[in-house]
Amino acid sequence: MFNRRRFLQYTAAGMATGAAAAPAWARTSGEGNFGIPMLQGNQFDLTVGKFPVRINGRATEATGVNGSVPGPLLRFREGDEITLNVSNTLAVDTSIHWHGLLVPFQMDGVPGVSFPGIRPGETFSYKYAVPQNGTYWYHSHSGLQEQSGHYGPIIIDPKGADPVAYDREYVLVLGDWTYGTPERLFAKLKKHSDSQNFQQRTVGDFLHDASEEGIGAALDDRAMWGAMCMSPRDLADVGAPTYTYLINGRSTADNFNMVFNPGERVRLRIINGSAMTLFNVRMPGLPMTIVQADGQHVQPLEVDEFQMGVAETYDVIVTPQAAEAFAFVAESIDRSRQAVATLGPRPGMRAAVPQLRAVPTLSMKDMGMDHAAMGHGSMEMGSEAPAAMDHSMKGMDHDMAMPMDHGAMDHSKMDHAAMGHVMPDPTGPAVQMVSIEADIEKGPGVANIAAMPMSRLNEPGIGLDDVGHRTMTYSQLRSLEPNPDTRAPGREIVIHLTSNMERYMWSFDGVKFSEVTEAIRFHEGERVRLTLINDTMMPHPIHLHGMFFDLVIPGAETSGRLPRKHTVIVKPADKVSVDITAEHVGDWAFHCHLLYHMAAGMMQVVSILPAEATPMEDHQGHQMMDHSTMDHSSMGQGEMDHSKMDHSKMDHSKMNHDAMSEEDMKR
Amino acid sequence: MIRTLALFIFAVSASAPVFAEESSPPWSMADQYFDTDEMAHARHHILSHHGATRQLSIMADRLEVQSADEGDTLVWDGNAWYGGDVNKLWLKSEGDYSLESDELEEAEVQALWSHAISPYFDLQGGLRYDLEPKGRTHAVLGLQGLAPYWFEVDAAAFLSSEGDLTARMEAEYEFRLTQRLILQPRVEAELSAQDIPDLETGSGLTSLNAGLRLRYEIIREFAPYIGVEWQGSFGGTADYLEAAGEDSDRAVFVAGIRAWF
Repeated sequence: MFNRRRFLQYTAAGMATGAAAAPAWARTSGEGNFGIPMLQGNQFDLTVGKFPVRINGRATEATGVNGSVPGPLLRFREGDEITLNVSNTLAVDTSIHWHGLLVPFQMDGVPGVSFPGIRPGETFSYKYAVPQNGTYWYHSHSGLQEQSGHYGPIIIDPKGADPVAYDREYVLVLGDWTYGTPERLFAKLKKHSDSQNFQQRTVGDFLHDASEEGIGAALDDRAMWGAMCMSPRDLADVGAPTYTYLINGRSTADNFNMVFNPGERVRLRIINGSAMTLFNVRMPGLPMTIVQADGQHVQPLEVDEFQMGVAETYDVIVTPQAAEAFAFVAESIDRSRQAVATLGPRPGMRAAVPQLRAVPTLSMKDMGMDHAAMGHGSMEMGSEAPAAMDHSMKGMDHDMAMPMDHGAMDHSKMDHAAMGHVMPDPTGPAVQMVSIEADIEKGPGVANIAAMPMSRLNEPGIGLDDVGHRTMTYSQLRSLEPNPDTRAPGREIVIHLTSNMERYMWSFDGVKFSEVTEAIRFHEGERVRLTLINDTMMPHPIHLHGMFFDLVIPGAETSGRLPRKHTVIVKPADKVSVDITAEHVGDWAFHCHLLYHMAAGMMQVVSILPAEATPMEDHQGHQMMDHSTMDHSSMGQGEMDHSKMDHSKMDHSKMNHDAMSEEDMKR
Repeated sequence: MIRTLALFIFAVSASAPVFAEESSPPWSMADQYFDTDEMAHARHHILSHHGATRQLSIMADRLEVQSADEGDTLVWDGNAWYGGDVNKLWLKSEGDYSLESDELEEAEVQALWSHAISPYFDLQGGLRYDLEPKGRTHAVLGLQGLAPYWFEVDAAAFLSSEGDLTARMEAEYEFRLTQRLILQPRVEAELSAQDIPDLETGSGLTSLNAGLRLRYEIIREFAPYIGVEWQGSFGGTADYLEAAGEDSDRAVFVAGIRAWF
């Protein structure tokens, strides 16, 4: 629980100690961050190329930035105008995406979405100033270059005082390395999707389970999974030995080293820069206080372990008192291997490496089918329908309003309060916001549909239920700063995460990116809820470019302190809602951050359409619609002055007719 | 309300052809900042590389020597496919080569169009050509995939140029003894709708092979194995063999390689 007074004490103590030394961002690498080259200022020259590297003692070749894996730490100040000149010395196109940074969309670095990409021999200059601080990272969005080392950390120092006090800091970039080519690895997954999994259940496991639970129960369990051709050990598509796990490019044997003086507050900026690996992060014997998630400050939360999706970042404070070496352990979710670094009082120490723990096994709950959990789930779902979601706008008129281009309507002149965004009579009938959800059918690309998806935000993640110490759950996180926008969302877009593991097909709503004909549309100024339902058996770190979303935590919807993230793990059979303020007009990539899931098609584009007028020429079929017959009465017609709304600017050509099914219209 | 709906639907249908003519890209805001052609090219590239990539797979499922009292036989059973997630072109080949008499005993190739029809099954249709014996051509219709409880199955019916209808069914299962040591039972049955004297085949169940192979995956793509297989002939087919003085069933030891690329 957040203790305000304690936090202020931390801050005061930190400022006192901090005053004696140089500001954190100005310290030499010897005082922290050593092992990663650092560039700082407001002009950065970056070169993408191939170069030899040594990983886990073995010579290999990387594709990356400025000749190191990870690429150099980029450090600049909140609000500073910066220029990043990125030169491509590869024989193929490249790009850099600034993960989590609120840049103008044409600087976001996704070829084919926000810019054309950087051709061989060319230099592209990214220019932007960002209104944020914290820990972020960058990586290629071209091909599968990210797997080959094309990623690196970013620290944006706050313009004012840092609410987090610390004496020393380190950046820890987690990675997964393969000595083969990523293209070949992807091809192997497409041909034999289970070929990179060496954590399957064996006959030995069966005998063990049979002796523990009885042969009948062990057989029943195998039969349940077998009947659906699903594996309860499908925890990671790729594990060791294909992958060697890395911390700042170092394997356990390479022992990335951090030093501290006992009693110091050490800030660890942890970035999961891997291609495919969710990590369990812990420091045996040393509690970690989470102070930032995805670059956004959170109320301090002390835990012993947390699970980290690909592309997530967490800043933690540790305060080791004893002058001994502590292990920093990043264990892959399938527990096939781990990477261990050392935090010690002297350089060159090596912490005791813990044993790998037993491999977790998925339960039927992960398929959304656990009957015991269903009661629990429906309870959660009950509490998930809060007053904040209620609208007095209802039924048909709302459905009609949805496909119209609200963005083009002048919201500033509409009285939102009068439209019924206020809480309705709690004793009145339950009213729901309009929800857009595609019909999902099983087929070659969709092997499973979760029968009973439920919120799993209060679970720590696969394998961390019973580790015997404090684990983080998303539901524990609260933003330190108040949420900038606490409006209730006007509509909900439901997206299913779909797959057929056997064919290695991954998609949203059963539609691969290659089959997409229409982007997901948000309208500038609107508050929209995105609900993600995971119909697959794997956790997916889902990332939306260009904006932070507020994680809707059941029971805390009205707290005004929802954690703001750029990436969220959606667990198997999970149903996660995030509320988004559509602010930054542009086309933004939206995808699973597991690299090969994205490559297989689990990607879309979210277009935030500008509120300003669109040309009349597009205005087909408008005259066919008789606005007078639309039932606006329950929208609070009295207060909503249609004469002030510029109907001529409504762009009917942008109306999403396909998304509106017959059923939607009948509702 | 209903009138509104009707008008709305009318408006939608009336304007639909106009949209179709525009053939507008799914998003295009970056076109304001960059060259439109370059963006169109990059857009096409990112779309096609996220879900529409094609693969080439080559697999020697069984490449083995079968040892029996009568002598050793080299047996192959392999396939290759090229294509995307739903549609693929498959080539399959299997055959026996007698190391004793140095001659091809049986050999066939199949070229099949494969279309995914459900999460785990592909419908396959095409042609089979017999290199040995006698150069028959068959039309093939089959179903290949993963049955519940992880049985890999491949069933096909063959209609030959001579008008004979036959069928073949294969099923495999895998027991993981360890992550790399795998015990694979395999059953293959052949059936015939009619007596085919030319091929010394009777009608009904003609043959059944049941094998057990133990392989070790040094890497997933390469696994040597050893095993045993029982091979039996039935009905009229057995009669043909016995008339020729041969046994209608036998047990063989096998040693071979399973490999894929």
